[in-house]
Amino acid sequence: MIINHPLLGSRDSSEFVYLGDASLIDRPDWQAEHAAEAFYDYAYLRDNPAGEHRELWFHEGGDRSWLVVTRNTVTHEISKVELARDVARAQGRSK
Amino acid sequence: MHDLFAITALGGSSPQTDRVGNVTCTESPGVALASVAARSGQEPKARTALGALIGADAPSVGRFAGNPVMAFWTGPDQWMVAAPFDTHEELAHLANTQLGDTASVCEQTDAWVRFDLDGDDVLAVMELLCVLDCRKMQAGEAARTAIHHLGCFVICRSSGAFSLYGPRSSAGSLHHAIVAAMKSAL
Repeated sequence: MIINHPLLGSRDSSEFVYLGDASLIDRPDWQAEHAAEAFYDYAYLRDNPAGEHRELWFHEGGDRSWLVVTRNTVTHEISKVELARDVARAQGRSK
Repeated sequence: MHDLFAITALGGSSPQTDRVGNVTCTESPGVALASVAARSGQEPKARTALGALIGADAPSVGRFAGNPVMAFWTGPDQWMVAAPFDTHEELAHLANTQLGDTASVCEQTDAWVRFDLDGDDVLAVMELLCVLDCRKMQAGEAARTAIHHLGCFVICRSSGAFSLYGPRSSAGSLHHAIVAAMKSAL
C-alpha cells in the first residue's frame, strides 16, 4: 500500500503506523460540565464503518508528521491525505 | 582527571572503513550536529535566521543546503544542522545565538553516527537497505526512512555518494546492515 504524503509524495505504508479514528484530534475540554461523559465517548465509543473512514497515521519511519488519511476500509483505496496540523488549524486550533 | 580516550561510534580509535566491490562504507565521526525546530508563529523568521547560519536559503522539503555549515530538512519547519566538528564543536550554541527565540535548538552531536557510502554501484546497496526510491534521488536531496528498523536520514550527495545518519546507540546494528547489504548486492 502506498500513502501519498502531502509533502513527500508516494511513500511505502511500512514507514507509517496507524493510530485510529481521526476524531481523536478532538480531545474534549476536561473542564466542561459533562467532561466525564465526553471522555467516555472520546475514549471508548467508535463507529466502525464499512466504507470511507478518516483515520490518523504517523509517519514514524519518515518525517514524523501526523496525517489524516481518508481510506475506504472495504477497498483500502486512499482518497485523501492531509497533514493533521492543517486539519486542526482549519478547525481554529493554534497548535 | 582520568585519562580518557575518544572512541568512534563503532568503538575504534580510528574510523572504520569497509570495502566490497567498488563501494566503500566509511564511518565519519567528525561531524557536529544540532536540531532546529521553528517555534509556532516564528517560522518565516526562523527560516531567514537559518539561512544566515548556513549561507544559503533554508532547505525546503526533502533537501539540504549550505557549506561548510549545512542543514537538511527533517520535518515541517524542522531541520538538522551539520558542520565539521573540528571547526564547529559549539554548533548548537552558534545556532542558538543565530536563531534566538525563533526556534528551539538541541545539541545532537553524540546522538548520531554517520556512514558515507561511495562508489559506482552504491544504488544497488541503497535499494537493499531502504524503501526510498534512491535511483530518483538527486544531489541535494535528503530524506528520513527506516533502515534495519532504525530511523535514519539519507543524504544524496550525488548518484554515487550517499551519507546515512543513524542513531549512535545502534551504530553496530546499522553498520552490520550496511555491510550485509554491500556483500549481498555486490
